[in-house]
Amino acid sequence: MSNALHVHITVNGQRQAQAVLPRTHLVDFLREDLGLKGSHLGCEHGVCGACTVKLDGKVVRGCLVLAVQADGREVQTIEGLSESGEIRDLQNAFIRHNALQCGYCTPGMLMAASELLETNPHAGREEVRQWMSGNYCRCTGYQAIVDAVCEVLDARLTAADKGALA
Amino acid sequence: MKSPSFSYVRPSQLSEVLSLLQAQGDRVRLLAGGQTLLTTLNMRLSEPELLMDLQSVPDLKGITLTDQHLRIGAMVTHDEVAQSALVAQHAPLLTDAAPHIAHQAIRNLGTFGGSIAYGDPAAEWPACLLALNGVVVAVSARGTRRIAAADFFTGLYSTALQVDELIVACEIPTVSAQLWTSFQELARRHGDYAVVGLAAAARAHSTALQEVRLAWIGAGDQPLRSTATEQVLESAPLSEPLIAKAIACLKTELAPRADMTHSIPAKLHLSAVLLQRALNGLLASTSISQMSRNL
Repeated sequence: MSNALHVHITVNGQRQAQAVLPRTHLVDFLREDLGLKGSHLGCEHGVCGACTVKLDGKVVRGCLVLAVQADGREVQTIEGLSESGEIRDLQNAFIRHNALQCGYCTPGMLMAASELLETNPHAGREEVRQWMSGNYCRCTGYQAIVDAVCEVLDARLTAADKGALA
Repeated sequence: MKSPSFSYVRPSQLSEVLSLLQAQGDRVRLLAGGQTLLTTLNMRLSEPELLMDLQSVPDLKGITLTDQHLRIGAMVTHDEVAQSALVAQHAPLLTDAAPHIAHQAIRNLGTFGGSIAYGDPAAEWPACLLALNGVVVAVSARGTRRIAAADFFTGLYSTALQVDELIVACEIPTVSAQLWTSFQELARRHGDYAVVGLAAAARAHSTALQEVRLAWIGAGDQPLRSTATEQVLESAPLSEPLIAKAIACLKTELAPRADMTHSIPAKLHLSAVLLQRALNGLLASTSISQMSRNL
C-alpha cells in the first residue's frame, strides 16, 4: 500500500540520496541502507537509548524517528562523532573508568553525553545522572559512566579556564 | 518491533493539512514529534493508512505573547518550552514541569500540541493546561474552535477534538504577579511516567487564597482537579491547620487507580505529600513577605 519515497539526508556530512519505505526507522536506514552499524537497536520503543543519534545537532531516539522525517535534515551518528575527534577525551575517559563492559549501550551513552558537554558545561554530578537516565546500561551500574562524564566536564572547564588566563 | 506499513505525506501549508484531514478522516494520523505515536506503531497498537507529518507547517511553530495570553504553537517541542524566556516569565509552571518530561532525546522531538492531543492522564502538559486555565485552539476546514482545557480532556486518552480537527496552538492567560504556581511530581526514576503529580495555581490574597486550581497527574483516567480540596483552601487564610484540613479532604476526594507499582492507599498518601510540599512552599514564601511588610 505504500511506496518507497526518495529522501536526501546529510549523514556525517555526506549527502545521501536513497529511496526508503515510510515505515523505515532512521536507525534501520542508517544500519541497513548505509551500513553504519554503530547505532544499536535495543528496545525499539524509545526506552533504552541504544539507538541515540543526532538530528540537526540534537540527540533523538533513532527508533522514534522515521527516515522520511529526516528528509532534508542532518544526521550525525557515532561514526561521524568519533571520526571528528570532538569526543576523544570522552572516549578515553570511558576506557579509563571502565565505563563499559559489553559496549552495546556505549554509542548511545557517548551521543547523549556529548550533548550535555556542549549545552551544560557546568553540570554537576546530579545533573549528569539525570541527563544520562535516558540511556540504559545493563552491565556497569552507571557509576563508572557518570564518573567518566564528570571527569571530562571538569577537565574541559579547567582547560577553558587556562585558555582564558593565557 | 517494526511499524506496520503506511503512506506518508509532509504538507507545508495548514490549508493542505485541513483538506487532507477533511477528505481522509480516520484513515490519517497526524505526526507531530512522534514520541508517542511511533511507539504505538512499533508496538502495533495503531495501524493508520497515512501519516501526515506536521514538521513543515509554519503556522504550528513558535511561542508568542499577546496582550492576554501566551500562545504556544502545537509543534513547539518540550525542550523549546523548557528553554523559553517568555514561558519562564509568563507561565513558570511550564518551565518547572518541563524537566520531568522523559529524557532529553525525547524532549528534543516531542511536542506540546502532541501531548495535549494524546491526553495521557500521566503526562505533564495536560495537567498544566488545566491548572493554568488554558485554551486549546482547534482548527478544521469548518473553522476555528477555542476549547477550555476543562472541556477538552474527556476521558482516558480521549479529548473533545473532532476527527477533522487539529490543534494549532494552546493559549495560556498571562500571569499577574499574584498568581502562585507549583509543580510537583514523583516518579520511580527520573524521566519515568509519574506515579502521581500535581500542577497547582492560586491567586494570593490578603484574606485567603482565590481561584485555587489543583490539577492532578496519574490520579484518574484523565487530568483532573480536586475542587472540594480547592474550596477548603479558599475558605480561610493559609495556615498549617488549613493545610491539614485540605489534605484530609484530598484523601476522601481523589480516587486514583492502582498501577503496577503503587496501590491506591500509596497513591493517596503520595498525593497528600505533594500537596503538602506545594503548600508548605507557599506558606513559607507568604510568611516571608508578611514579615518584610511588618518590618
